Amino acid sequence: MQKYSVFSLIKNAFTDHQNWEVAWKDPTPKSKYDVVIIGGGGHGLATAYYLAKEHNITNVAVIEKGWIGGGNVGRNTTIIRSNFMYDANARFNEFGMDLWRNLSQELNFNVMFSPRGIINLAHSDAQMNAYARRGNSMRLNGIDAKLLNRDEVKKLIPMADFSDEVRFPIFGGLMQPSAGTARHDGVAWGYARQADSMGVDIIQHCEVEGFDVEGGKIKGVRTSKGVIKAKKVGLCVAGSTNILAEKLNMTLPIETHLLQACVSEPVKPVLDGVVTFGAGHFYISQSDKGEMVMGGDLDGYNSYAQRGNLPTIQHVLTGGLALFPFLSRLKMLRTWGGIMDMSMDGSPIIDKTHIEGLYLNCGWCYGGFKSTPVSGWTFAHTIAQDRLHELNADLTLNRFSNGYLLDEKGLGTKTWIS
Amino acid sequence: MLHINCPFCGLRAQKEFAYGGDATVKRPEINKEVSKEEWDNFVYMRKSPRGKHIELWHHISGCRQWFKVQRDTATHEIFKTAKMSEEIV
Repeated sequence: MQKYSVFSLIKNAFTDHQNWEVAWKDPTPKSKYDVVIIGGGGHGLATAYYLAKEHNITNVAVIEKGWIGGGNVGRNTTIIRSNFMYDANARFNEFGMDLWRNLSQELNFNVMFSPRGIINLAHSDAQMNAYARRGNSMRLNGIDAKLLNRDEVKKLIPMADFSDEVRFPIFGGLMQPSAGTARHDGVAWGYARQADSMGVDIIQHCEVEGFDVEGGKIKGVRTSKGVIKAKKVGLCVAGSTNILAEKLNMTLPIETHLLQACVSEPVKPVLDGVVTFGAGHFYISQSDKGEMVMGGDLDGYNSYAQRGNLPTIQHVLTGGLALFPFLSRLKMLRTWGGIMDMSMDGSPIIDKTHIEGLYLNCGWCYGGFKSTPVSGWTFAHTIAQDRLHELNADLTLNRFSNGYLLDEKGLGTKTWIS
Repeated sequence: MLHINCPFCGLRAQKEFAYGGDATVKRPEINKEVSKEEWDNFVYMRKSPRGKHIELWHHISGCRQWFKVQRDTATHEIFKTAKMSEEIV
């Protein structure tokens, strides 16, 4: 594989950039693989990469109905953080933060990881207390957390509304300085390119139509490009998990909902890190191009539409304007939607299933992007070793019936109420 | 924006309504032995189909009645609405 560097850039400039190697091939599927990963998003591609790199399993296919990076990995708001309260979520995502820090070097692809910090704003004394508790829990797990008072917040985001008339005055906030953003589709492409170079087949425009299960064991998948036999199959299709589960006669603790995001026209730098509003559901960051990247509530009813509804955008941006009045002067460039696996406790599932050789990676709710590397890393371990790694030991399917829920926000099973 | 036909008030804008989730989920009968599996199915397990879905809506800024809606989760087409006492087949 051609190494990307400043020298290869200069060298290719002499030939008008016409002679770059393709980043990944477009193979026709073989009839048999050791492992088939369904879903060519960030998590699926990362899983294939870590299967090859950490476990030396390279007879792997990633099959994708559309094109790689066309789903949620290309639709999210690129936020990376590990500010979780529960041990299982905190340890899992903090391991992920370590993977993020080295990812550009490891993949030889600039994923533009930019640890600019995240501030969760508090608008009452009770919220400050809750954040103090969360911050302490994070620090016990070795994650950096800083409780900011009003003046400290004002220094970091002076353009927020600190006037006396506001309905929800800023009392302070909880900051994770090591959190940040990354270029989302670069992550998919970087994993795809490295996985491909180690022998993984990335098969696009190949839809799964059914599964071959015999005697409680997975034998292969039936696809639009023919039957592919496989010893092991991993499902990485957050957003479409319920559709594939139905083909497997499985019912899961997941509902599929729609989340929208939007960007404004690009402006000069006004906002350094990521900021979340504490009195509504609204979060914002500024991309390297200068666009304000914003998101908030789910559309609020089961949906597979991949496009959103205007009342939700209006509602989310009302919160945005309460926090940053200057946004009213910006034009909206575009809005879009992605479909989310909303699990019944807000935490993901990376587990084995009752079918031997079938593994499940789902339930990412609206926070899957930040976990892309660690999800791939632990899922690859689970598939290769046929057992859970200690990092995903609590992210099981049976935690719902056993009562060991990881309900980080205490929302319960009404997943659309956020 | 969805336009929902409230069985009591007629066609109204989505903003008047609140969502209530899958209407086909049934609570296990009271005063009977409930198995762990039945309880799980009621509390956590959801089919969440792509296509026709029967769900609960609440006309929260209107008559405040709960009712059922049959809607396509991919196209958002609404086929039928019905009172809680009525079945959608």
